[in-house]
Amino acid sequence: MDYIKATDAALVQEYIQGNENALSTLINRHQQRIYSFIYSKVFDKDVSEDVFQDTFIKVINTLKRGKYNEEGKFLPWVMRIAHNLVIDHFRRNKRMPMFENNGDFNIFSVLSDGDLNIEKQIIKDQIESDVQELIKELPEDQLEVLTMRIYKDMSFKEISESTGVSINTALGRMRYALINLRKLIEKHNLILTN
Amino acid sequence: MKHLYTKTSKGEQLNKLNPKKETLQFLLNYSKALRITKYKQLSFETILN
Repeated sequence: MDYIKATDAALVQEYIQGNENALSTLINRHQQRIYSFIYSKVFDKDVSEDVFQDTFIKVINTLKRGKYNEEGKFLPWVMRIAHNLVIDHFRRNKRMPMFENNGDFNIFSVLSDGDLNIEKQIIKDQIESDVQELIKELPEDQLEVLTMRIYKDMSFKEISESTGVSINTALGRMRYALINLRKLIEKHNLILTN
Repeated sequence: MKHLYTKTSKGEQLNKLNPKKETLQFLLNYSKALRITKYKQLSFETILN
């Protein structure tokens, strides 16, 4: 059989009967059109390769299962499969967009895991323990308000109820606590920044 | 001034695209390895690799 001159229909028939060379001819005959079609939609060579491969895997499976109806439309049928797979590709990408890093833009410069690294975690722990030591030097009433507000996360209303002073007094004590803390930090020459 | 039209247009570039040889080879090998066995109404795929 002259594969070069044979029609698509004849080649498909040959292939179904077990002649693998017929498939090779079919692929060679149409690869450029199908691949170009896919590339014109996805504009990515790697994705095009994948879609092209999946297209022909479907073609091979359908032909080998004998489920192909010969109507003289081999190429339109393959193009339709490719088209559907391109749509599948875009649907998948819409759900989970793919970012490509190139020279100008690196996605990891925008994304971070939000956790502190070990060094920053150690610094943070040190600062917190320093502050805990410092507030012990505050007068008792200010220390009480500050602990309730910052560590127990109570509102000033709750603080005033539990300490039996007015809200304004509690606010004033908090204010003085912060002013005194700043003074203590200066006095001890501490740098409490991360 | 004369224009130089040496750059190929995008349409022309698209027409020259071909898949990689590896992809084609994979497909031919896949086709050779795939065997579909039919039993009554069931069909089984076997890949002989």
